[in-house]
Amino acid sequence: MRLYVAGLTPRSMRAISNIKEICEARLKGRYSLRVIDIYQQPALAKGEQIVAVPTLIKHLPPPLRRIIGDLSDRERVLIGLDIRPA
Amino acid sequence: MSGKSPRKVSKTRRRRPAGVHKSRTGIRGLDALTDGGLPRGRPTLICGGPGCGKTLLAMEFLVNGALEYDEPGVFMSFEETTRELEQNFASLGYDLSALVSRKALALDFVHVDRSEIEETGEYDLEGLFVRLGHAIDAIGAKRVVLDTVEALFAGLSNTAVLRSELHRLFLWLKARGVTAIVTAERGETSLTPFGLEEYVADCVIVMDHRVEGQIATRRLRVVKYRGATHGTSEYPFLIDEGGMWLLPISSAERSAVASTDRVSTGVRALDAMLGGKGYYRGGSVLVSGTAGCGKTSLAAHFANAAALRGERCLWLAFEESSSQIIRNMRSIGIDLERQVRRGLLRIHADRPTMCGLETHLATIQRLVERFAPHVVVIDPITNFAALGGDLEVKAMLTRLIDLFKSRQVTALFTSLTSGGSSLEATDIGVSSLMDSWLLLRDVESGAERNRVLHVLKSRGMPHSNQVREFLLTDRGVRLQTVYAGPSGELLTGSARVELEAREVAERLARAQDTESDSRSLERKRRALEAQILALRARFASTQREALKTIGQAVVRAGVLASDRDTMTRLRQAKREVTAPVARRPHGRATVRGGKPPR
Repeated sequence: MRLYVAGLTPRSMRAISNIKEICEARLKGRYSLRVIDIYQQPALAKGEQIVAVPTLIKHLPPPLRRIIGDLSDRERVLIGLDIRPA
Repeated sequence: MSGKSPRKVSKTRRRRPAGVHKSRTGIRGLDALTDGGLPRGRPTLICGGPGCGKTLLAMEFLVNGALEYDEPGVFMSFEETTRELEQNFASLGYDLSALVSRKALALDFVHVDRSEIEETGEYDLEGLFVRLGHAIDAIGAKRVVLDTVEALFAGLSNTAVLRSELHRLFLWLKARGVTAIVTAERGETSLTPFGLEEYVADCVIVMDHRVEGQIATRRLRVVKYRGATHGTSEYPFLIDEGGMWLLPISSAERSAVASTDRVSTGVRALDAMLGGKGYYRGGSVLVSGTAGCGKTSLAAHFANAAALRGERCLWLAFEESSSQIIRNMRSIGIDLERQVRRGLLRIHADRPTMCGLETHLATIQRLVERFAPHVVVIDPITNFAALGGDLEVKAMLTRLIDLFKSRQVTALFTSLTSGGSSLEATDIGVSSLMDSWLLLRDVESGAERNRVLHVLKSRGMPHSNQVREFLLTDRGVRLQTVYAGPSGELLTGSARVELEAREVAERLARAQDTESDSRSLERKRRALEAQILALRARFASTQREALKTIGQAVVRAGVLASDRDTMTRLRQAKREVTAPVARRPHGRATVRGGKPPR
């Protein structure tokens, strides 16, 4: 999973801590997470079709999912990660 | 005094120290309409329904900027992928990938798919800003297009965030100093469905693709342009393999100089009727007439004469095909094919009902700009009436004439008039626009139909008031003097030939009459002279008699006088006495003087 953020804003920090918490609780040992700052790597924003930030992209397992926002709505994050059925 | 100074102040206040800087679009007509292009460094909103040409306009703005004005551009597409854009514009002759590899253009497709997205809290569109900023920096872009940014509303549900973020985006674009085009759909009540016009308030252009009477016409209107004057009407435009063409009426240069140059009509006798020299260069000529009376033939003479002078002629045929015209004109001895081969004559055949008036107008303008003709023939203009009302047709012709005049193109329009009572009346609508008006019509008499021509008007030149018979021969058009019959009717065709024969006979008869007249005159003269002689003789003898009598009288007087002398001598003594008696009449004067007579 990749989490794209724009700078270390409070919203970015919130998103990072939220996803870490969820992953540790639900996917311990079964996930890889990279946090990418699009200010540092703007070219990636185009390649990954980033529009809104923060965006968490789940490539695997398919289907591809874009989870946008600061990930504070935990229920929707779980649905987005296909951990819980919609 | 006090009334003057405030006026001065308001005047200087109204004058802008430095106007809005413009960024040329490179689109023909649009730069003229906006007086130099879009506001530089500001966003412009272009809205319109699907398929009205928004994307094309935006892309042309970028491509022209990259190719002509050395201003690289970023195209951010929300609807078409980069690949689709490249393919679509390749059909218009634009090689986008070449521009991309030259770093003159950057394409970025922003894909937002709602089905992939889960919204889980607060977010903003910083990703978009970063992408755009990165693309701008990478090529040093001066121009940016966002097409169609509203697609975001379909992908993301938080419209409050979207609105505030778009507002921020436009401010950001302004701050970056790029000239931007933002496209949007048409809204039901507002200009755009999401009210983008509230944020992009510098320049708003509305595009439209309307169908009227099964004919679609593209139109464009500048709704708003802050700090600049602009045309406010709807202007038609055309999209073809050359891109986009706009035809603003107001840009037709009215400053065209009225030429005093003349161009031949191609028929010498007709030149003679028009002050001996033909039409004015840059003038507009209407040839109207009933079916089959030789309008096209007259036009062919004109076109051929132009080509023979080495001038280019554009023939817009709205009834016949090119080969048909060439074949038909060959029958009157005009070889148009040769002029086509020489590249001096271009025949553009089109069906009037193929497209709307505006599109025709744009097509004609494009042809005129590309071919740069000296003369133009439009044969006929009549069928345009089917495409619009009188006013629209007249407006179109006005614009056409403006176009031709501004380029000093001499234009000949033919017009078919339906055979009716008043041939002149049917063309009144357009004839006022024309500088010269020739009327061709049929005259029916003695089981024949013959053609006659007259010059109804021809501004600024002395022109013939006579009706001429118009003959189509295998060596072209010939004009013949027409005779008026005894009751004033026109005599043409065989009636004319008959009259001519009769006139010859009459002349002969008259000549004979004159001869006999002069002979009798001679006789009279001789008789009179004889009389004069006789009279003279008689007078001479009278004179002789008279002289003789006078002589005798003188002699007798002489005798008398000598007798008197003798008498006087005899009466010498009494002379003093007789004298006062002789003076008596003078005596009265002396009485008045108061002196007594002696």
